[in-house]
Amino acid sequence: MSLDHATVRRIARLARIRLEDEAVGRLAAELNGILGWIEQLNEVDVTGVEPLTGGAQIALRMRADAVTDGGYPDMILANAPDREGEFFAVPKVVE
Amino acid sequence: MMFFDLSIAQAAAGLRAREFSARELVGAHLEAVAALNPRLNAFITVTEDHARARADAADAALARGEAGPLAGIPIAMKDLFCTEGVRTTAGSRILADFVPPYESTVSGNLVRDGAVVVGKANLDEFAMGSSNITSAFGPVQNPWTRLGSNAVLVPGGSSGGSAAAVAARMVMGATGTDTGGSIRQPAAFCGIAGIKPTYGRCSRWGVVAFASSLDQAGSFGRSVADCAILLGSMAGFDPRDSTSVDRPVPDYVGACGRGVRGLRIGVPREYRMDGMNPDVERLWQEGLGWLRAAGATIVDVSLPHTKYGLATYYIVAPAEASSNLARYDGVRYGAREDGVDLIDLYERTRAAGFGDEVKRRIMIGTYVLSAGYYDAYYLKAQKVRALLLKDFNDAFASVDALLTPTAPTGAFAQGEKMDDPIAMYLNDVFTVPASMAGVPGMSVPAGLDAQGLPLGLQVIGRPFDEETVFAVAGVIEAAASFEARPAVLAGKESG
Repeated sequence: MSLDHATVRRIARLARIRLEDEAVGRLAAELNGILGWIEQLNEVDVTGVEPLTGGAQIALRMRADAVTDGGYPDMILANAPDREGEFFAVPKVVE
Repeated sequence: MMFFDLSIAQAAAGLRAREFSARELVGAHLEAVAALNPRLNAFITVTEDHARARADAADAALARGEAGPLAGIPIAMKDLFCTEGVRTTAGSRILADFVPPYESTVSGNLVRDGAVVVGKANLDEFAMGSSNITSAFGPVQNPWTRLGSNAVLVPGGSSGGSAAAVAARMVMGATGTDTGGSIRQPAAFCGIAGIKPTYGRCSRWGVVAFASSLDQAGSFGRSVADCAILLGSMAGFDPRDSTSVDRPVPDYVGACGRGVRGLRIGVPREYRMDGMNPDVERLWQEGLGWLRAAGATIVDVSLPHTKYGLATYYIVAPAEASSNLARYDGVRYGAREDGVDLIDLYERTRAAGFGDEVKRRIMIGTYVLSAGYYDAYYLKAQKVRALLLKDFNDAFASVDALLTPTAPTGAFAQGEKMDDPIAMYLNDVFTVPASMAGVPGMSVPAGLDAQGLPLGLQVIGRPFDEETVFAVAGVIEAAASFEARPAVLAGKESG
């Protein structure tokens, strides 16, 4: 399947990456090249194969459902582009 | 200066015997960094004052007899490991001014053992690349050059700065991370050793995430034993990483000299590709001969899904990356571009903060995870990944380790393979399958190609059997007696 320009714009929107109009054609060609190459996986018969989700062949550990960390808002906020007191600040989203 | 020919073990012994001080050892390496980094660009941030203070602390600890095993040893830290109070960029504009308030587990383990970090090593942006070309802080130059040519070569990637710094002797060892070959391929391109241990061996806590089911930290050294010393310090259980494995860390250094007598070494027939580089093919055969001469039995094996490894990787890794990199939103940390509303802020921030390759991979990942395409791409790739793992499990039923080339060629020049993303992806054809299966892999420098550039052989082992990987790599290293030096080298004028 091949991505048209509208689909490329939709993916960019989903990915929250602003896409300038002049970049759409180049990006569509690059993405279609990669997706076309990936199509080779259609040759592989995966009937009855369980998907492998992780890198480690171990069961994930359980831990106690308890707070183990925290209590240092200034450290958390130290790299914030904008803050208001102990909160991250963003442009107004509700009028 | 003799410092630049020492192994880590020799330097540690020299420090303990008070033949020289950590201040002298670290100072000499800082001078090498100052002299060579303007050309090689191996470091994004040099931590000179910090390194000198740490060297003095190492000398004090040595005088008290309380020094850790790596006390006073100068190393490079890939700029993907968060370092408390030291800028950590991941090679991206979006993290150009990010100063972590905490230390990653792996870097903290090295510091605990006394290692002296002289700087944060350059890398492909968010570790996405095989040439170190995608770094927002400029490309790294490989210290090696082709015979009779001044063309600037890439060091490989993504851990290109780490590999170049070790090869040029700016540091004695370095950390890297490997998602699809990002330690092994640059090690091969730069003529040094590098190991990606088993997934789960090193904690991922505090390592900037790319593809979480694949990312694994490992070490670079100029010898197999140096890699073993560093990995022994880096590895170990960490409750803060849910995929960290609670197993004792074996004696890696001891394993390096174990030999291969009685071992069965597999040669995967699918790694012999049509049109294979003749130098790579010749060196592979030589490597098998060395192992046979050392008492190993060479066995043909089949990893039938090898050819699908890369395509599987380029679904799984971008999918995980698109999710992991969603955190760069211009709100909690990282660069921000203002917008008219919150969505516009996100979109402008990410458009300005990410480079082209990162954007491509986020877009691919977003697409393969999107409604209507998830089963066709992502679920399919996870099933093929299960078959790739089964290939290795089947092979390891009859052999103890595998020997393959690390990369299809030696280092290429800046500008080559840059126009076509897929041509670049093919660099990792021999390294990606082991990443998909989570098994350990190590590249050892084994010889030169016709252009005078180093080539590596890759040893792949069973899960959690890095010891056998080190043993096989040790035999290759001894037989190859690789003593060629790169063109750009610390202390060269005196040696």
